[in-house]
Amino acid sequence: MQIFHHSTNTISRVSIYGAVFILALLGGVLYAIELSPIYTRVNEAREQPVPFSHKHHAGELGIDCRYCHTSVEKSSFAGLPPTQTCMTCHSQIWTNAPMLEPVRASYRDDKSIAWTRVNALPDFVYFDHSIHVSKGIGCTTCHGQVAEMPLTWKANTLYMEWCLDCHRAPEKYVREKSKVFDPGYVTPSNQLELGAKLVKEYKIHSLTNCSTCHR
Amino acid sequence: MSSDLNPKVPQAMDLAALRAKLAQENGKRFWQSLEELSETKEYREFLENEFPHDPAKDEPGMNRRDVLKLAAASAALAGLSACTKLPTQRIVPYVKAPEEIVAGKPLFYATSMPLAGVAAGLLVESHMGRPTKIEGNPEHPGSLGGTDVFAQAATLGMYDPDRSQTVVLEGRISSWAAFLTAMGNEKAAMSADGSGLRILTDTVTSPTLAAQTSAILKNLPAAKWHQYEPCGRDNSREGARLAFGKPVNTVYRMDQADVIVSLDADFVSCGPGHVRYAREFASRRVIEGKNANLNRLYVIESMPSSTGAVADHRKPLRAGDIEAFTRELAAAAGVAGANSAAASSKVPSEWTRAVAKDLAAHRGASLVIAGEEQPPAVHALAHAMNAALGNVGKTVYYTDPLEANPVNEMESLRELVTDINAGKVDLLFMLGGNNPVYDAPVDFDFGPALLKVKTRVHSGLYYDETAELCHWHVPAAHFLESWGDSRAFDGTVGVIQPLIQPLYDGHTAHEVVGVLAGDAGKSGHDIVQDYWKSVRPERDKAFAAFWERSLHDGVMAGTALPAISVALRGDIAQQVQNTPGEQLQIAFRPDPTIFDGRFANNGWLQELPKPNTKLTWDNAAMLSPATAQHLGFVDGDYVKLQLAGHETKAGVVIVPGHADNGVTLHLGYGRRRAGSVGTGPGFNANFIRTSNAPSIATGLKIEKTGDRYYFAVTQHQYVIDQDGHQVEKEGVEAARRDLIRIATLEEFQKDPNFAKDQREESSKGLTLYPGFKSEGYAWGLAVDLNKCVGCNACVVACQAENNIPVVGKEQVMKGRAMHWIRVDTYFRGGIDNPETYYEPVLCMHCENAPCEVVCPVGATVHSPEGLNEMVYNRCVGTRYCSNNCPYKVRRFNFLLYSDYTTPSLYGVRNPNVTVRSRGVMEKCTYCVQRINAAKITSEVENREVRDGEIVTACQGACPAEAILFGNINDPNSRVAKWKAQSRNYHLLDDLNTRPRTTYLARVLNPNPEIQG
Repeated sequence: MQIFHHSTNTISRVSIYGAVFILALLGGVLYAIELSPIYTRVNEAREQPVPFSHKHHAGELGIDCRYCHTSVEKSSFAGLPPTQTCMTCHSQIWTNAPMLEPVRASYRDDKSIAWTRVNALPDFVYFDHSIHVSKGIGCTTCHGQVAEMPLTWKANTLYMEWCLDCHRAPEKYVREKSKVFDPGYVTPSNQLELGAKLVKEYKIHSLTNCSTCHR
Repeated sequence: MSSDLNPKVPQAMDLAALRAKLAQENGKRFWQSLEELSETKEYREFLENEFPHDPAKDEPGMNRRDVLKLAAASAALAGLSACTKLPTQRIVPYVKAPEEIVAGKPLFYATSMPLAGVAAGLLVESHMGRPTKIEGNPEHPGSLGGTDVFAQAATLGMYDPDRSQTVVLEGRISSWAAFLTAMGNEKAAMSADGSGLRILTDTVTSPTLAAQTSAILKNLPAAKWHQYEPCGRDNSREGARLAFGKPVNTVYRMDQADVIVSLDADFVSCGPGHVRYAREFASRRVIEGKNANLNRLYVIESMPSSTGAVADHRKPLRAGDIEAFTRELAAAAGVAGANSAAASSKVPSEWTRAVAKDLAAHRGASLVIAGEEQPPAVHALAHAMNAALGNVGKTVYYTDPLEANPVNEMESLRELVTDINAGKVDLLFMLGGNNPVYDAPVDFDFGPALLKVKTRVHSGLYYDETAELCHWHVPAAHFLESWGDSRAFDGTVGVIQPLIQPLYDGHTAHEVVGVLAGDAGKSGHDIVQDYWKSVRPERDKAFAAFWERSLHDGVMAGTALPAISVALRGDIAQQVQNTPGEQLQIAFRPDPTIFDGRFANNGWLQELPKPNTKLTWDNAAMLSPATAQHLGFVDGDYVKLQLAGHETKAGVVIVPGHADNGVTLHLGYGRRRAGSVGTGPGFNANFIRTSNAPSIATGLKIEKTGDRYYFAVTQHQYVIDQDGHQVEKEGVEAARRDLIRIATLEEFQKDPNFAKDQREESSKGLTLYPGFKSEGYAWGLAVDLNKCVGCNACVVACQAENNIPVVGKEQVMKGRAMHWIRVDTYFRGGIDNPETYYEPVLCMHCENAPCEVVCPVGATVHSPEGLNEMVYNRCVGTRYCSNNCPYKVRRFNFLLYSDYTTPSLYGVRNPNVTVRSRGVMEKCTYCVQRINAAKITSEVENREVRDGEIVTACQGACPAEAILFGNINDPNSRVAKWKAQSRNYHLLDDLNTRPRTTYLARVLNPNPEIQG
């Protein structure tokens, strides 16, 4: 006497093998989500206490990146402008704009503006801006077309895989030092050729050992 | 505490057998502890197992299956992170950016740390207004760039969450404003001449504070100023009075001395100028090529100290017998009438004569130093010897005292207590972190006396034993939060400038005493600056320039006290001689890590293994093996100590090399109200310390209580297997690896290559690994064992730089202290007076690293520049690497040791180093954050890293310049030159690990006329 029908064999086989595929699929979906903007917030324009537009300031007005991000050539940290920097112009122009009230309030009350951070690295990663800009890595290479962002968003995942892409083959991205701060820089068609030349000229080491960033 | 921490009571060691064993080895064997010699079970466990205490026993109820279940669950949950978003973070800029701050770049400010009135010059690293790390100030005469353990640990002291945080009035929260008002009323109610007012400070060398106090005393002539320091310098002051009729400050020029005799003076780790003296002493242990102009050091001491360990000849002698020896030596050195037949030191007269002969042979280039704990007569005789040997003006000179008002502090406190008991004191100010209720001699009965004062005001960093008996308690500002000034060992005025606004409602002594001086409410900065304005010749702009310059340099140029000439009194030798007798003697000493107890709440210092004994978290009744045998004591016996009708209890630790018939007990422990770290550990020596015999007392009675006490001693932890695995096969002699290599100067000159091992040299090429090529930089480090004085500054510096956590006594007992660098101590010779050798051990950064090949997840890997890297994020905690490390330098976070929850401790962390979590392996990185910073700077400036540009934390702190880091691919780098010396050797070279950390063998300079 047989308790189970013959078809049970097939069903159990399918479900056992199927489970492997379902789990793999589930894993794949989770991985895809982790790489996608849903999790990484790439391309998500972030709301700010003051709707500061890089498009207007850096793009249309042509203010140099370093006017506000003063320590980008000197320090690991590019620098976030103090309220005072905003007020160098905005004590003269748009002095009554309601949009700028938080800036004026900050200056008046000596209270910092708490911006929403757009580009952040985990605490166990030690990134240094100064070495990158001094070796011909442009702002837009990592931060995207900032000059076209009305509200700023993250242009890249900033995942380790993404960092290593350049660290393993810097010639794909390096540009002439004079163009590092050019917000409208377009990658030339002979990038690999130019890049190889610049890598040599700028003595760029492709550092991929762990302690370069982790310590 | 789990049961395996409470081993069975050890059998009394068969010391006779140990002696016989050592004699059999011809005194050649290096050993680390008595446990090793007697091969105790615990020692074998620590030797053979990297982690002798099974962590599974820590959490009963958790078996392997549960762990797997949890692991599976957490892996599944980890996947869920993809269902959220990266969290939103805020970023907050300045409103107006301070001009000099570049975010991400540290700034360095010069300041001074006063300790017992003497300033050490510091440079403090500040990250965006947050002091994180202390370095020595090369411009400061007391530092020359070196530091000590106390300075290195000062940042933790400042961020200590247990500091008192508010003004307190009778146990209730009050305010500074209320204090000012109340003191205004007190002042108004005071009699016109100020009778009834007493001010008690620590030793004051600050010119500003002295001026403030004198101003008060001028207006209120009946008021009195007392100074007290539990570990002060009364003996040297009185010694100078004996010798010259007045107190003077003695300054040594250690680098000018060819022969030095220390009479119980631990001058490399204690007392005014010790950092400078360590540097000068080490500068005379330099060997370059075959040339060596070594000095020779004789040390006569009761308790093994760092100075004793670096001596060429050391004699253990009971603290109270050193006076007799001094008289014998003085007589032999030509001080008339020094010797008397009253007492004999039992030091063989040939030995004494040989020392005296050596001194005489180096007239004008010899030096005799008396230790602070020795009675005034010893100090006076040392002065007389230096005079007789023509050393004055050459290796030693005298200046006016550093103190603004040099007094005998014990007598000063006695007078205060007498006045209080006579009802003469209405208002008492206690400043400068004074804690007399804890540390005053027991016969003063200070606590009950204090309660008789009508109004009691205390200012200190902690709400301590004294504060709780006072009406007013004002939190003191830490020196890193203060404006002030303080004199260095040679009188140079160092500026104290704040690195940060007081974290709590802290006020400096200047501000508190200013209440009485008519400076009420004036800021500390104004008080100090106004004082200097009033005494400096410069005016207006010139003064501003002088002030700026002083703040920048950390010292006021040209303020060193000039040498004075002093006339020796003729009758020194006729002074009454102490005759200690044959009863058991006790010596009280400042603790090498927590000093007089003021650093009791500093976890870095509590967990720091004390030199020679390697004791942590406790003090102990320390005695010699022979005395222990005589009394029938074993390590850890809990004993009752009775002295002159007073009594305390302590655990016993047997210390090889301690003088017989004497006990040493460190001060500073047994605190009742120090904070969450400092309350509890150790035994209060002040319970039996009396004002008549504050440093050495005879007539101690000691008896067992029958209880046991468990110490956390690291001496037999992390032992490197010096016998090797071949012992059984080839016999001990064949396989012994000399971890310490030494020679006398004579032997060295005969065979400069004595440190090289032929067996090892021949096996160099034998390897299955591909050759390690390093182009560009190749980082390496060398330690000159001839210079290391074992002061431990490197250990605390590393802890501060690399965010190394404190684990607590129980974890230390399990062998889990986290220090990345340790100072291994080896002994050689008999257990009664062994030679002592220090060897700082850090990660070797092996080119053939045994740890790397066993890591299943690639969490420890090699960099092209030769760093053995540790990747915390990859580490899953298998501990295979540590198990495979023959040097035992890896440390595992068994628990969450780093404090993730106390906000004030966030501030002390180095922002450039990851704070490690539980379950992660860690170890020395050669300060890779400093390497990377220097490399980035050099690349931005388009040049190579300069030699000396990268200074590791241990190297920077070392007062003796014994550690050197650099690029060994550059043959002109200093470290490459060190490594090219014939004395250079590797540890465990037979394993062919090719370490990047190497050692320069020690060369001793013994007197050929002395055997042993």
